[in-house]
Amino acid sequence: MARRYDSRTTIFSPEGRLYQIEYAMEAISHAGTVLGVLAKDGVVLAAEKKVTGKLLDLSSTKEGGYGGSGEKIYLLNDNVIGGVAGLTADANSLVNYARTAAQRHLLTYNEDIPVELLAQRLCNLKQGYTQFGGLRPFGVSLLYAGYDPHYQFQLYHSDPSGNYSGWKATCIGANNGTAQSLLKQEYKDDIEVKDAIGLVLRTMSKTMDSTTLGSEKLEFAVLTLDETTKRPKAKIYKPSEIDALLASEGLMKKDEDTEMKAA
Amino acid sequence: METSFAITGKGYVLVAADTTAARSIVKMKTDEDKIKILSPHLLMAYSGEPGDTIQFSEYVERNIRLYQIRNTLTLGPSAAASWIRRSLADSIRSRRPYAVNLLVGGYDTSSHTPELYWIDYLGTLTKIPFGAHGYGSYFALSLLDRYHDPEASLEEGIATLKRCLDEVAKRLVVSPGKYLVKVVDKDGVREIEI
Repeated sequence: MARRYDSRTTIFSPEGRLYQIEYAMEAISHAGTVLGVLAKDGVVLAAEKKVTGKLLDLSSTKEGGYGGSGEKIYLLNDNVIGGVAGLTADANSLVNYARTAAQRHLLTYNEDIPVELLAQRLCNLKQGYTQFGGLRPFGVSLLYAGYDPHYQFQLYHSDPSGNYSGWKATCIGANNGTAQSLLKQEYKDDIEVKDAIGLVLRTMSKTMDSTTLGSEKLEFAVLTLDETTKRPKAKIYKPSEIDALLASEGLMKKDEDTEMKAA
Repeated sequence: METSFAITGKGYVLVAADTTAARSIVKMKTDEDKIKILSPHLLMAYSGEPGDTIQFSEYVERNIRLYQIRNTLTLGPSAAASWIRRSLADSIRSRRPYAVNLLVGGYDTSSHTPELYWIDYLGTLTKIPFGAHGYGSYFALSLLDRYHDPEASLEEGIATLKRCLDEVAKRLVVSPGKYLVKVVDKDGVREIEI
């Protein structure tokens, strides 16, 4: 009897809850951590990769493409980077939807979609699954790091229920509570990108399960403004660039894992 | 005959349109406002087939308002002009196209620049420093080539505009008698006497 209200996404339980949505959020809190920090002159995003291993073929992520391993951090549009936590397959479908929505805006208005609008487009889709049904909601939370001329740099978070909110710094996925309290202590209102990068990496290293940080466990991206064109510049780091960054921040793993370095 | 002009200057766009509503050879009224205020920083002068102009300009006005209500953000001049162009491009490929020509002038509140767009019923869109529609354009454009200054103050801009209106009054057989002039700048839209 207790499971009577579990199976359908659109039926309230007697306490007024939608269990499937809550289960989806629960699934996300076990997913790899994604962390975002809004700075004065940019936005920083980092994510913990869960699918790792010596035998995994990562050759395609090392060169070509726009950076990133395609697991957690995606380029949604010229002006927005998305970080996903939850079911990767669901996320792929949402990323595809977001890219289409962004391009449709570009087609009609000949300008990049405002960041909040893009978040709203995805939330409308997600909300649909809490009311009109389907088999299950999207088991995905997203962070949107973006820029538009209306509000400059922005960071948004959306969850499976279709709620979204803007943040100065936030975290989704495993250990998000720990990360958020760390961010709350360390965040300063006029932080700059170069300090935000350090803050993100330090927070990541404290919340991730593994003791050492490295490109095989981490995805990283920064959105800034191009000095000359004044257009947003999204940079998703390649594994070699992540290792170089970690080394320069003094967070590189110890020398005993030399075999990983050789690869 | 129907004529509209627009010129940009330092921080503003001046838009002028004649005020005649005519049918065949008969003037029906001489105080028609053919410049629509689309948003606090956006103006649109329209000309063309009489019924179409009203229908289309109201359609544009309401859609731009709808965007504002839905998204809380206002459309900038460039985005609005692109949307209008798309509407006309779709229209001309439909069964009953709108025959409407437009000058869209606006002040971009995020980049702090005045912007002017020339749009015709075929769905052509060009960003220009000055422009005109109708028979008046044959007289005014060469004048503006000579006298337009993108750094001109509002008074200088008005003087240049007056030159155009005077030239049209002097040389065009069917010149309109009266014009309505509106300006858009950082403070928004207002009508000015000329």
